[in-house]
Amino acid sequence: MSKSGDILTIDRRRFVQGLAGLGASAAVGLRSAPALAVTGPAEPSSLRGNRFKLSLDRITVNKTGLPSWANAINGSVPGPILHWKEGDVVTLDVTNNLPVTTGVHWHGIILPNPMDGVPGLEFPGIQPGETFTYRFPVIQSGTYWYHSHMGYQEQKGAYGVLIIEPAGEPMIRADRDYPIVLSDWMDGDPLVVANNVKQNPDYYNYRRRTLGTFISDAKQSGLSATINERLSWGEMRMDPSGLAEPTGALYTYLINGAPPAANWTALFKLGERVRLRFINASAITYYDIRIPGLTMEVVHVHGNDVRPVQVDELRIGVAETYDVIVEPKENRAYTIFAQDYERSGYARGTLAPRAGMVAAIPDMDPRPMRSMADMGMHMMPKEVGASKPDGTRIGGIMGMMAKTVPTAERVGEQPMHPNTPDNPAISVEVQSNAKMVSDRLGLPGDGLNLLNRRVLTLAELRSIHPGVDPRPPGREILLHLTGNMNRFIWGFDGKKYSEVGPIDVKLGERFRLRFINDTMMSHPIHLHGMWMELENGGGEHRPYLHTINVKPAEDVSLLVTPLATGQWPLHCHVLYHFEAGMFRTLRVLPA
Amino acid sequence: MLLGLASVTAAAQTVRTGLSPDISDTGTSLYPKPIPNNSILDFGVPALSRVGGTGLSSNTLNGAAPYGSPIEDTRIYFHGVLNQFEGRVGNGSYLRWDSEVWAGDDYNRIWLKSEGRYNSDNKGKVSDGDQEALYDRPISRYFDVQAGIRYDLDSGPGRTWAALGIEGLALDFWKVQATVYASDNGHYALRTNANYDLYVTQKLVLQPQIETNWYSKQDRGRGVGAGLSDIDMGLRLRYEFTRKFAPYVGVAYQRFFGGTEGLTHEQGGRVNDLRFVFGIRLWY
Repeated sequence: MSKSGDILTIDRRRFVQGLAGLGASAAVGLRSAPALAVTGPAEPSSLRGNRFKLSLDRITVNKTGLPSWANAINGSVPGPILHWKEGDVVTLDVTNNLPVTTGVHWHGIILPNPMDGVPGLEFPGIQPGETFTYRFPVIQSGTYWYHSHMGYQEQKGAYGVLIIEPAGEPMIRADRDYPIVLSDWMDGDPLVVANNVKQNPDYYNYRRRTLGTFISDAKQSGLSATINERLSWGEMRMDPSGLAEPTGALYTYLINGAPPAANWTALFKLGERVRLRFINASAITYYDIRIPGLTMEVVHVHGNDVRPVQVDELRIGVAETYDVIVEPKENRAYTIFAQDYERSGYARGTLAPRAGMVAAIPDMDPRPMRSMADMGMHMMPKEVGASKPDGTRIGGIMGMMAKTVPTAERVGEQPMHPNTPDNPAISVEVQSNAKMVSDRLGLPGDGLNLLNRRVLTLAELRSIHPGVDPRPPGREILLHLTGNMNRFIWGFDGKKYSEVGPIDVKLGERFRLRFINDTMMSHPIHLHGMWMELENGGGEHRPYLHTINVKPAEDVSLLVTPLATGQWPLHCHVLYHFEAGMFRTLRVLPA
Repeated sequence: MLLGLASVTAAAQTVRTGLSPDISDTGTSLYPKPIPNNSILDFGVPALSRVGGTGLSSNTLNGAAPYGSPIEDTRIYFHGVLNQFEGRVGNGSYLRWDSEVWAGDDYNRIWLKSEGRYNSDNKGKVSDGDQEALYDRPISRYFDVQAGIRYDLDSGPGRTWAALGIEGLALDFWKVQATVYASDNGHYALRTNANYDLYVTQKLVLQPQIETNWYSKQDRGRGVGAGLSDIDMGLRLRYEFTRKFAPYVGVAYQRFFGGTEGLTHEQGGRVNDLRFVFGIRLWY
């Protein structure tokens, strides 16, 4: 679907496509050794060793054709690629040249609490002009990232790739190795965005249902069904087309800092195995990634090796990382295509044997809309617009029939959840309760259910290694993900961060974290400082995650063993959601 | 890779492609392995002394947020909305405005509302002037309660009212408000307002709007009678160049009733007044 008509104030195409020629340099990989190969003037440098100097500076960048300010790390957006080595003690001197407090957080890293880098909670933050020294042992390996955990700094460029080489032989063999950072860039001020959505939550939704879609839905599904469907949403004061805010109406989507027009390119030679480390460093955007013509083999998720899964497409939530192996069989260019899940824009790069080659950019898929199933409502006999030939409405209910994890499989390892969760009371901060929650791990997610592609689901992930802690959980901590779209208030159990104290657990305690999503938005919930083992039917091969994407009306549970004392953030990683209150502290007390 | 895991060899047998066949334990983890119950990995506070020189508190467990707050979910927001700023053209034209400004956090807000009309061809008289200062607090998912004062400030005699009302989203996104007023000399009044945004396209919006005014007693000075005083209806078609800037055209219809109708007659006004309007809607 074309993006035209979204915003006409400036040259819209230039804005979303970005500036042609920017960083349009081919990355050059080494042939024999697996090498992280990224070069070019606009691209981040690579830093290795165990002592690093980083600085945050306010600089001017040009990602869209118009200059704008950015919070650069070591002078680039994204910041430098940091290479650590498992077993090292790393020291990072971080100098803050921004006019405001900052704090760099090492996403997914297990470390002492004061080194985690969350200002206001774990340390006072790095004041303007100050240098803060992080030092901690590196006890893991894999693909990670880092970012500012202060205010909206991350939205304006304060993020970078973090790759930790394993102490021994790497399990994953590849001839080329490219980190691919996805992000959502905006030229303006994120504070203005926060202000806009507070006044009008649909501010950036230029794909809403109109008189025209009403007429076409009525033609397809009948007038009374259409009216009833509209009334159901109207009763909830919700808009099924509002999947994300902001959208591509605001954002230019970047791959390694390069907008689509710049066509960031990675090189390969025929017969090589290429490792692509996808990292979603966006403020709010989920991407659906595919490389038309290539099968992606998912081998490493959130820093942990998983049993390979071959897919055509995968959805990457905010703050997640997925590593895939591809083996191009033809001497041609392939497009790395990452459309935002609302289908309002895309990031694009190219995998090619030579620099300068391009492949066709596929059309964006039909946009998904939320269904009553997403709202945890009983299914309507006839879902309006559900599978229209023009595909304006896909996802939701139809896919539910597809491949849900049999409940019995999960029951094998745990007592079954009662399906009558204690719903938080409807209030100013709780717009809706999901009445029917379900295990939706076997679903790829709205927009991907009916496309006849192999799409990764969380139910398919199996850790290579059996879990390190075989104990059953001693208790369950249940949190409802709640919010009020119209007021743009978000929280857990109907409370914003400022209204409720920490959740206390003990060091080494084995507990279950269970999330029930009462909202119509997907929330990537990130827990700092410890792993969450997803109970997806994998037995002791549960995947270890640092962030769990919780779909609307989903009931998901994870096992956790706290690894260090202190105040650890547990929050939705959608920047505008957590800044609006979807944040809790998990306080780990000494055993 | 998972932290210092023992016994990966069993898992390795299930590995298909993508991984080298000779998997061995990486062996250098700082974690004990296998992890025994309860004695795990506390490198929290002791590690601090090794790090040294950071000036950090040695105890981060006191209080919820020992260094302030990691987020600002009580931020103050500010918005100004000029809902109507329009010329009403017909038998004698006038300018009408209807605006509101609010500032506050999620729970405590101050609203200032202002509406009125400027009659360019009637010696520049301002009429229908109504200014309100209200404290606003959300009471449910979709509704806020508002309380404060209203002052009728225009070319007519001023009146001061206490105001209590609700404002919010009714079914199907109708924006509604209803406010009762009590004046210091025993008059009561009620005002209701409702409007709806019908998106014809993504930027073209048709907005029906209806306002009613009721008074308990006659007030000759201000030309209102008891009972339903007037209905003001509009149908406006706006084009949102941006969400914040939208010019519009439309029609407005005003009808006076009861005692107000009689007073309007007396003063030579029109009881039925249908006008073409053009204006802009702005917000910040």
